[in-house]
Amino acid sequence: MVHGTARAGWLGALLLTATGVARAQIAGGETWYEPTRVGAPLVLFLVFSILVLVFIDRSRKGAQLFIRRIAGINAIEEAVGRATELGKKVLYLTGAGSLEEIQTIASLAVLRHVGSLTARYAVDLDVPCKDPLAFTAARETVQEAYMQAGRPDLHTSDIVHYVTYDQFAYTASVTGLMVREKPAANFLIGQFHAESLLLAETGQATGAIQIAGTAEITQLPFFAVVCDYTLMGEELFAAGAYLSREPAMLGSIKGQDITKAMLIVYMLIGILLQIFGVHALKDFMSINGS
Amino acid sequence: MFWKLRLPLLLTLFVGAVPIVTFFLTEHTPVIGPAVPFVRDRVESYMVIIAGFALLLGVVSVVQGSIRKIERRRPGWPFAISLLTGLLVMGAFGILSAMRVGPFQGLLTAPDGSDTPFYWMTRNMFNPLQAAMFSLLAFYIASAAFRAFRVRNVEATILLAAAFVVMLGRTPLGEYVFSWLPGGERWLPQVTDWIMAVPNAAAQRGIIIGAALGAASLSLRVILGIERSYLGVKE
Repeated sequence: MVHGTARAGWLGALLLTATGVARAQIAGGETWYEPTRVGAPLVLFLVFSILVLVFIDRSRKGAQLFIRRIAGINAIEEAVGRATELGKKVLYLTGAGSLEEIQTIASLAVLRHVGSLTARYAVDLDVPCKDPLAFTAARETVQEAYMQAGRPDLHTSDIVHYVTYDQFAYTASVTGLMVREKPAANFLIGQFHAESLLLAETGQATGAIQIAGTAEITQLPFFAVVCDYTLMGEELFAAGAYLSREPAMLGSIKGQDITKAMLIVYMLIGILLQIFGVHALKDFMSINGS
Repeated sequence: MFWKLRLPLLLTLFVGAVPIVTFFLTEHTPVIGPAVPFVRDRVESYMVIIAGFALLLGVVSVVQGSIRKIERRRPGWPFAISLLTGLLVMGAFGILSAMRVGPFQGLLTAPDGSDTPFYWMTRNMFNPLQAAMFSLLAFYIASAAFRAFRVRNVEATILLAAAFVVMLGRTPLGEYVFSWLPGGERWLPQVTDWIMAVPNAAAQRGIIIGAALGAASLSLRVILGIERSYLGVKE
């Protein structure tokens, strides 16, 4: 019911946008639309959305979709298992971003899985939060994970706790926690800034197995160097779907992959045409002439 | 189920659609046009208000957690005393100064031009502590670089060679060392720029395009109510 409503609303919004563009000009020379945004951005948006919806639909109807193996995600169970063997806690950081940051949403999907594993194996989980909105969402997510795993008795309000909104005060608190309590597994998944290396390097020094994931291009090299596994960019966003194995989720990843393949072909053709002095494809993708 | 699942999903659909619609449409669009800037600005304002309330929950969590830590003598409990003291003292000075109660007139500067206690503590205690944490980054970068640049295989060797050239090319030392060669002061920065602008930028763009599509795909799943982890409910 909700899916149907959501999809209808979404398609309605698409239709409204498309209609607005088609009947663009109105009296007085003013346009219904932003002229610089209805070229490539709108086409990409429509193609991408339609492809994702089509593959979600196909996946729901039982089509078998191949999604490649992601080592960092497969290592999550190994990391929690190691914490179980050592009798130490699992530390999970959702990053510095708030709920408006899509990386935080992706992190919460992984947190749900980690929470269900720690509940199943009866391992301590610690989730210190920097952002207040992420904190409230993480608290709900972990509570639900423990309920789903059938171990609500193991859940306490101390698992997800707030630290501070200040970047380096948060870093000091978490690195102190790593050094004092020496968690066996550290998860650093979400949006990170300058604190990424401080956190990951401290975790490495304490001997913890570390799984990191971010889409921040400037922080990825630090995680790649210091952590055992790193979810890079799109892998982070695919993690929730990959872990859930729900057809609708997997279908959306397939739609995204097809769009990427199309973009690669577009770019290759564009490069060839550029070499021969034809700028049409490049000009189409340009926004404000850039 | 309505309050816990369906209403949040409907709100998500609405709030998620607002930036998309307002990205393409203007205030001249018939019927919904005049509402476009209003709704866009309101959604952003509500985000700040909600975050403010969530911050209160965060403060309650900090106080409760710290008190429990002290009571149960958990590892690091003395730090919890320090945290609570800092929270109470800074919080009290900040609130009293903002409300201009008694001798606390002004948040940053007192009427006589001197620093208020709140600002004094910020400048002389909080900021140096922050700077100390940030400055540690230099040492951590050195140790991470040592680990990254160890020659273990072909890829690590290429990385080491590229890093060596880039680091020399971005410092005056590099120019000085190679200045005895004809044009030596120029070619090292040129090679550095090429490494940054071509192979480095190509790899970065590949990751950025993948991440952007991944983010868009996840956004679509959230807006359509397929991804619900952030709500804390499954069905």
